[in-house]
Amino acid sequence: MLEYARWKYVLVAAVLLLALLFALPNFFGEDPALQVARKDHANITADAEKALETFLAQKHIRFDKSYIDSGRLMVRFASVAEQLGARDAVNEEYKGTYISALSFAPRTPEFFRALGLRPMPLGLDLRGGLYLLYQVDVNSAVSQALEGYTQDARRALAAANIPVKEVTTVAVGSDKTNALRIVLPPEADVTKARAALATPLQGLTISTESLASGSGITGVMTTAQIRERQDYAIQQNITTLRNRVNELGVSEPIVQRQGIDRINVQLPGVQDSADVKDILGRVATLEFRLEDMQNNAVEAQQTGHVPLGSKLYTHTRFGRPVLLKREVIATGDQLTNATSGQSQEGPSVNVRLDARAGENMLRTTRQNLNRRMAVVLIEKRRETLTIDGKPVAREVTDEEVINDATIRGVFGNSFQITGLGAGEARELALLLRSGSLATVIYEVEERAVGPSLGRDNIDKGVTALIVGMMGVFLFMAIYYKTFGLVADLVLLANVVLLTALLSMMRASLSLPGIAGIILTVGMAVDANVLIYERIREEIRKGVSPQAAIRAGFEKAFSAITDSNVTTLIAGVVLWVLGTGPIRGFAVVLTLGIMTSMFTSLMGSRAVLTLMYGGRRKLARLSI
Amino acid sequence: MEFFSHQTSFPFMATRRVWYGLSALLMVVSLTSFFVRGLNLAIDFTGGVSAEVRFPQAANVDAVRAALVAGAFREPQVQSFGSSRDIAIRLPPQPQSATEIRTRLVAAVQGVDAGAQVAQLDVVGPQVGNELKWSAIEALGFTVFGIFAYIAVRFHTWRLSFGAILAVLHDPILVLGFFSLTQMSFDLAVVAAMLAVIGYSLNDTVVVFDRIRERFETNRRSPPAAVLDQSINQTLSRTIMTKVVTSIVVVALLFLGGPVLKGFSAALLIGIIAGTYSSIYISSAIALDCGLTAEHVFPSVKKAALDHLP
Repeated sequence: MLEYARWKYVLVAAVLLLALLFALPNFFGEDPALQVARKDHANITADAEKALETFLAQKHIRFDKSYIDSGRLMVRFASVAEQLGARDAVNEEYKGTYISALSFAPRTPEFFRALGLRPMPLGLDLRGGLYLLYQVDVNSAVSQALEGYTQDARRALAAANIPVKEVTTVAVGSDKTNALRIVLPPEADVTKARAALATPLQGLTISTESLASGSGITGVMTTAQIRERQDYAIQQNITTLRNRVNELGVSEPIVQRQGIDRINVQLPGVQDSADVKDILGRVATLEFRLEDMQNNAVEAQQTGHVPLGSKLYTHTRFGRPVLLKREVIATGDQLTNATSGQSQEGPSVNVRLDARAGENMLRTTRQNLNRRMAVVLIEKRRETLTIDGKPVAREVTDEEVINDATIRGVFGNSFQITGLGAGEARELALLLRSGSLATVIYEVEERAVGPSLGRDNIDKGVTALIVGMMGVFLFMAIYYKTFGLVADLVLLANVVLLTALLSMMRASLSLPGIAGIILTVGMAVDANVLIYERIREEIRKGVSPQAAIRAGFEKAFSAITDSNVTTLIAGVVLWVLGTGPIRGFAVVLTLGIMTSMFTSLMGSRAVLTLMYGGRRKLARLSI
Repeated sequence: MEFFSHQTSFPFMATRRVWYGLSALLMVVSLTSFFVRGLNLAIDFTGGVSAEVRFPQAANVDAVRAALVAGAFREPQVQSFGSSRDIAIRLPPQPQSATEIRTRLVAAVQGVDAGAQVAQLDVVGPQVGNELKWSAIEALGFTVFGIFAYIAVRFHTWRLSFGAILAVLHDPILVLGFFSLTQMSFDLAVVAAMLAVIGYSLNDTVVVFDRIRERFETNRRSPPAAVLDQSINQTLSRTIMTKVVTSIVVVALLFLGGPVLKGFSAALLIGIIAGTYSSIYISSAIALDCGLTAEHVFPSVKKAALDHLP
């Protein structure tokens, strides 16, 4: 008699049922679709949906279905040709109001979507799109910080009447600039100088030394400070890129940090890299300016007559006109930090400027108490227009007031902006940071895959998967007869389980990922082969069929676990060290080893015990 | 159906000098080729431009090359792949930005045929390539180290560990040799395949060693060479069966997976064949020559009840 604990049957059945549910959405396939969003991020209404449907009908573009998904309109098509036609038509007709992006809409029934069950997202190599890798110049972020310290130190020493010979940035115990050295003439009082520098160089490791020409004071940034500075630069760029990517209206874009100093941007469905990079590569800056309180902004806007010495702007959020004086108090490159936080008056944004801007600010606020000050965000971008059938590139500058507030006190290089909601404060801090002197980023890698090539890759991958699986199934059935069929069933369960896990993790599937699944199918057989060969050996020795099955599982166990650990090591290393598609392969390989261990050790034992366990007269096994 | 209807008894140990010789020869050829010819590294590692262009009808490779040279691209490599309408273009790192490269490339190929479409364009900066090269070497290093550590812990004697390690090094070197001799493009996916090969190759060795441990437990008196021969013969059916099945899927991948996975699946196939060979002919033989006896393999008590299994 063969026995298997009841709870193990229940476990196997429960896991497989759950896996089937999670894996199911992947088997419906996807339709080419067009995602239409409003440029101002407002939700698309049912009326707008009707209007768009009528428009497409007029243009004789056939579509299957359209529906609103989280404020955006998704229109499905039967073919890619119709999808492309619709995109061009919509882009032409609604240039100012909508942004449309090529997308795929899963054919999964509503029921699954309501449960939050979705198919695996497809990687760029399978759906087409643009992959960009940017390098952030983190060292310049550190140099900028040191530059700030240098200015502050000079000012503090000047204020304390201490003569300075020179202030330079140097590299101490590192191959990159990480410190500043202040050289004082011999007559200077070093103790006094150190006291004066305590505040401006707070946090730096300070040491003194005597030089032939006088005395030197060195302030070294700690590793933690450098890392913080670098992280800040990366974060700032990610935020900026993310805001701009959102503007592109691409469906499911990814902007993420890669390694120490890289940012990767993945834009599914995007074909034209020039357009995208015009928007992503914008240069932004900020200006702090006083409001012109003598003149009426609304009147200036209506009459078109702007008073001399002032300039008319529009407030980003409220849309109202704002009249600003031409003099600039501080600019973006003088902003050293902007963070949102809590003050006694509610949410606030804490702004820090460098010393020079701080002095300017101090003078301005002293003279203009209770007047209003505004922050202008200026973005330069390249735009390609078609003039007389020829593309003409020109530089466009967008200027908008992102905040204006009353000056409530006299302040220098550090102040708070209050009177905001919590969300507004966070948003403003982000905007301020995006306009502060952004660390230089440059593109180091670009990969573009056309939509038809993506389609080809899927087709090839899926064909290889099906043919490979069929070959294995057939071979197992011939070689091991009934037991082979059981192995096939277990193999199928393994693929379902693997698909379910990948869908749950929302890991995006790439071509190497599909290769990983195919390879898992090939390798998952191994555990079954080990068990079956053992059973055959036992039978050859003349052991009874049921005892042979039991011995087969028992004796193959250590070989199965041992041999899988080795592949697991390779999989985990790739997972940790790999990026992009290679990581996709590693994820599939690693998960596949685990699922195949489960299905072949527990799943096949459950099936075989069910089949042969209860039979009293079992003369021979079909193996 | 069975490959071997009766238990085989091939004299693997007695003939081991022959297999050592064969392996040594393959190693020498592979390493010589690797150091002399080097690898045809893909832009993943060198940086540069790789494009796939689709033409409406069969494309003239020479015309495309001439158009690229006329378009001021240095040293373009142009070849057709897949079908005669698909052209792969490879360029060394260019000073221009990716956008500029794209514009000029599109202009050049459309000058040959107005209907030409750039289906794929990869531009990799030289420093990214250099870093990927290092991270690939790092990944290989970590994997080999992890596996060494695992073997050292798992097999209590250095004799078995040494045999396994030599077999593990043997297989990726053969893959490198193959890629060096054929000058097939060596990209990131091939590195991933090599790591998988290291895992799989060891997999077979581990199964054989597992059996050796078991045989020593029951036949302490038998001469070690006989025990090793028995162990390999007894696991032979499984070794070959598993590798045949894995090869089925890899061959499917090689012929149907498209050009992107060609190098990947070729590396796997070579690696799987090499792995099967090395775990049958090399790993145990090395352990024997290191003086392996029953005394070295501490037989662990394995009387665990069936119900303790999952």
